[in-house]
Amino acid sequence: MIDDQRRGDQLPLDPIVLGASFHSLLESRGLAPTWTTSPGGADIEIPEATTILALRFHDGVVMAGDRRATAGNVIAHRRMKKVFPADDYSAIAISGTAGMASELTKLFQTELEHYEKIEGTRLSLEGKATYLARMVRGNLPMAFQGLVVVPLFCGYDENDQVGRLYTFDVVGGRYEEQDYAATGSGGAEAKAFIKSVYEEGINEERALEIAVEALVAAAEEDAATGGPDLRRGIYPNVVVVDAQGLTEIEEERVAAVATRVIGGRP
Amino acid sequence: MSMPFYVPPEQMTKDRAEFARKGIARGRPIVVIEYADGVLLMGENPSGSLHKTSEIYDKIAFAGVGRFNEFEMLRVAGVRYADLKGYSYERDDVTAKGLANAYAQTLGQIFTHEMKPYEIEVMIAEIGADPSETKIYRIQFDGTLRDVRRFGAMGGMEEELTELLEAAANGFPSLAEAVKLAADAIESATETSIAHADWEAAALDRTLGRRKFRRLPATEIGEYRS
Repeated sequence: MIDDQRRGDQLPLDPIVLGASFHSLLESRGLAPTWTTSPGGADIEIPEATTILALRFHDGVVMAGDRRATAGNVIAHRRMKKVFPADDYSAIAISGTAGMASELTKLFQTELEHYEKIEGTRLSLEGKATYLARMVRGNLPMAFQGLVVVPLFCGYDENDQVGRLYTFDVVGGRYEEQDYAATGSGGAEAKAFIKSVYEEGINEERALEIAVEALVAAAEEDAATGGPDLRRGIYPNVVVVDAQGLTEIEEERVAAVATRVIGGRP
Repeated sequence: MSMPFYVPPEQMTKDRAEFARKGIARGRPIVVIEYADGVLLMGENPSGSLHKTSEIYDKIAFAGVGRFNEFEMLRVAGVRYADLKGYSYERDDVTAKGLANAYAQTLGQIFTHEMKPYEIEVMIAEIGADPSETKIYRIQFDGTLRDVRRFGAMGGMEEELTELLEAAANGFPSLAEAVKLAADAIESATETSIAHADWEAAALDRTLGRRKFRRLPATEIGEYRS
């Protein structure tokens, strides 16, 4: 009976799948996403997602990302989304090889929801970060081929009632950052800007302002980062995670902040 | 050479069905009612962690009666089915009908092929943008798949409950009215009085965001019943 069920669209009843992991379910049916490249790497230009950042404020965390993806010196996408809700209390932002990063995000979102439904409780924030680190590590062979995916993860810790943010490296290192973090091609520039203005205990509005201005600062120095484009109406994606959960900030509000911030720059 | 006893298929099916029915009738019932903003699933369940109702996917909920380990297996398989399908295609491609069919096939197979049939019944509910899109399917121990409209009951005292609900049902009640209706029917059919904390109630609620499933806490049930 179990053999029958492994075929096609039947109900996945098999106990071979361990626990509440969606990824092992995918693997058991041979559906887990994999990538291979020939040694020597690919000469083709693959779109890369660029600057993302997150910073803590009094009630939680703000996370933002620009909208540009580049392939070599070509702008591949102008309206790419890099900041996503991971679940009701956490968010993920992606930089690096765009296609792989999008797939990783989708897999991570599904994994969190799958666990929540099967187990009846959400993973702890720490648990989510650990899982994401494992997913990044799984991608290590591709990182050696130059196809790197580096996410940022942030969320509201329901147990300790604080916002937290995490950075990762390609070998699966997971680091909790104290106040702010930025990565991607314009990451260094964005981080330098945040460092120059950051204060502890700022409110949401100020955190939003810093996040958007850091992206503007990054875009001024890094060709692969797209700043707010007032003419075309392209603005950064921004989310806020606090005790009430995750909120995606509406474009009008980001636009207002962007207009103000750009007007005030030297 | 010994010959196995011949059991006519009619007899075998009858025996198995009787066995399953007996098992199901011993368990506590679950009532499903369509209300103005969605679907209510409610039953007595003193356990706060071993749930009989559950979220399957964005707009799809599950309820099971009978042996816990058996319907829990189907529930988990349902979540896997839905998440696999939604991941491979698109969230809207996951439908209650597909899932109900998969359940029906599985239960049908188990009924005829396994040593003993499952002593369970399950319901799958799905809501859409308005009440006309609501779908409720009921799948029995032998794989029989049926449509449920407006309200339904499964488990012990099923007939009494259905009669009580039929007599009381009138249009689409509010959530508070639906909770009252379900709780009163179960209390009167089983001739017990049930504390607020011993109910398990969950709703598919159109007014929520992407994930429409929510559990009703005991305090909320208390408010509606007072």
